[in-house]
Amino acid sequence: MKVLVAVKRVVDYNVKVRVKADNSGVDLANVKMSMNPFCEIAVEEAVRLKEKGVASEIVVVTVGPATAQEQLRTALALGADRAVLVESAEELTSLAVAKLLKAVVDKEQPQLVILGKQAIDSDNNQTGQMLAALSGYAQGTFASKVEIAGDKVNVTREVDGGLQTVSLNLPAIVTTDLRLNEPRYASLPNIMKAKKKPLETVTPDALGVSTASTNKTLKVEAPAARSAGIKVKSVAELVEKLKNEAKVI
Amino acid sequence: MTILVIAEHENGAVAPATLNTVAAAAKIGGDVHVLVAGAGVGGVAEAAAKIAGVAKVLVADNAAYAHQLPENVAPLIAALAQEAGGAAYSHILAPATSNGKNILPRVAAQLDVDQISEIISVESADTFKRPIYAGNAIATVQSTAAIKVITVRATGFDAVAAEGGSAAIEAVAAAHDAGKSSFVGEELAKSDRPELTAAKIVVSGGRGMQNGDNFKHLYALADKLGAAVGASRAAVDAGFVPNDMQVGQTGKIVAPQLYIAVGISGAIQHLAGMKDSKVIVAINKDEEAPIFQVADYGLVADLFEAIPELEKLV
Repeated sequence: MKVLVAVKRVVDYNVKVRVKADNSGVDLANVKMSMNPFCEIAVEEAVRLKEKGVASEIVVVTVGPATAQEQLRTALALGADRAVLVESAEELTSLAVAKLLKAVVDKEQPQLVILGKQAIDSDNNQTGQMLAALSGYAQGTFASKVEIAGDKVNVTREVDGGLQTVSLNLPAIVTTDLRLNEPRYASLPNIMKAKKKPLETVTPDALGVSTASTNKTLKVEAPAARSAGIKVKSVAELVEKLKNEAKVI
Repeated sequence: MTILVIAEHENGAVAPATLNTVAAAAKIGGDVHVLVAGAGVGGVAEAAAKIAGVAKVLVADNAAYAHQLPENVAPLIAALAQEAGGAAYSHILAPATSNGKNILPRVAAQLDVDQISEIISVESADTFKRPIYAGNAIATVQSTAAIKVITVRATGFDAVAAEGGSAAIEAVAAAHDAGKSSFVGEELAKSDRPELTAAKIVVSGGRGMQNGDNFKHLYALADKLGAAVGASRAAVDAGFVPNDMQVGQTGKIVAPQLYIAVGISGAIQHLAGMKDSKVIVAINKDEEAPIFQVADYGLVADLFEAIPELEKLV
């Protein structure tokens, strides 16, 4: 089966971002960018399905600026077969991205689409679900285990109280949670080979998708800072402070 | 303006997060309707009708809605929102629980509107605040959509009273069964302690706990305090505790009166899940640990000595 994996270029998870002084957004100039951690897990899962002989081809897709090619090349080095870049310089909402991905799904006709559960920049947790709605497919979100069984896929999901398993008809959409797998690193020879793998670039216009949004970000602020705390010397002092100063126990 | 709140419920009871979501709806203003979708949920509907400030409860009681499969529940919500050909509701709100996050974006896409995820405050009927970048920035977002689809971070709003209302209950006949998915089974972690996201006190352990067995020290302390027990991702990944105990950007978001972080360094992703707690206590033997930068009270000590002593003194 063909597996489509969507990845996103985001600010590296270790970077402590700063809000711009004019409150227009966060400052991403000269900040390290990487593949969203949940997307790495999605790529890894697709590669494992291929290694098991379940997947025959892995197509990796991203919606983003020209520089997002770096993240596609990373996915190719990890084992994806070819890549599609939907090039858009502006920042798009999850719905717009889902519509663009739907156009790619229509063209590629994959049996399984794997996305991360959320991007660590917008923290939206929407795109996979929206893509499932637009394509009419079943969805297995927050997956910690994925098993293909004939024309169905069994997905174990991380829910608030524990784990839930659902069976979905293929084609289906799966979004990854942290514990689905541990992504591998790309080896140097594979990074070199990835440079020769096909990478196609398309535009939203060519896909016939409007990326207009009903959401507008008015401003971005730094969160209220916590006032500095104190260090106590002993457990007894801690208990005394909690009882008499903070009055929380 | 009429607002539809999607009720979160489990084991025949209304989940607390529903009360926080109704509170957010009350801040927007207008009539508040609550949808209870599920199988055998008559009791839940009656409980929902008693929530203060609720004008009407819609009950969709059908086998298709058991286990809240999004393929079936999302079309139900979308159909209710568009009843009579226009926007029957100005806002659709769900708590940002795993169910809410699973279902609501599917509804938004069916309605062709952008969703606003995990709001922490209501500025006006169309403008909301929400955290981005693991809580390191707060975005103010305005929606021009005819139907505004929103998930609500429960810790951002004080719960409304669960009693005092007397809403009318109305059955919804429509049954949407997409036939694309089915429930296989579930494995729920059992706990007698308070629910993590609703607890007044949370005691959390990290990699410093060294193994799962050592969490018994935290359980003993938690039981003495009437607290819930949480964990950092490091503790979950190391297999010390199950993942539904994880507090952080990718786990649960808590804002208790008192959060005690034990053997937790305080990575950005963990702070995203607990830094709105009223009082934060950090117990760590590394005095350089980032957790001390957000802690109101820090104790540099070996947790294996400090925790039993703390348990004795509280």
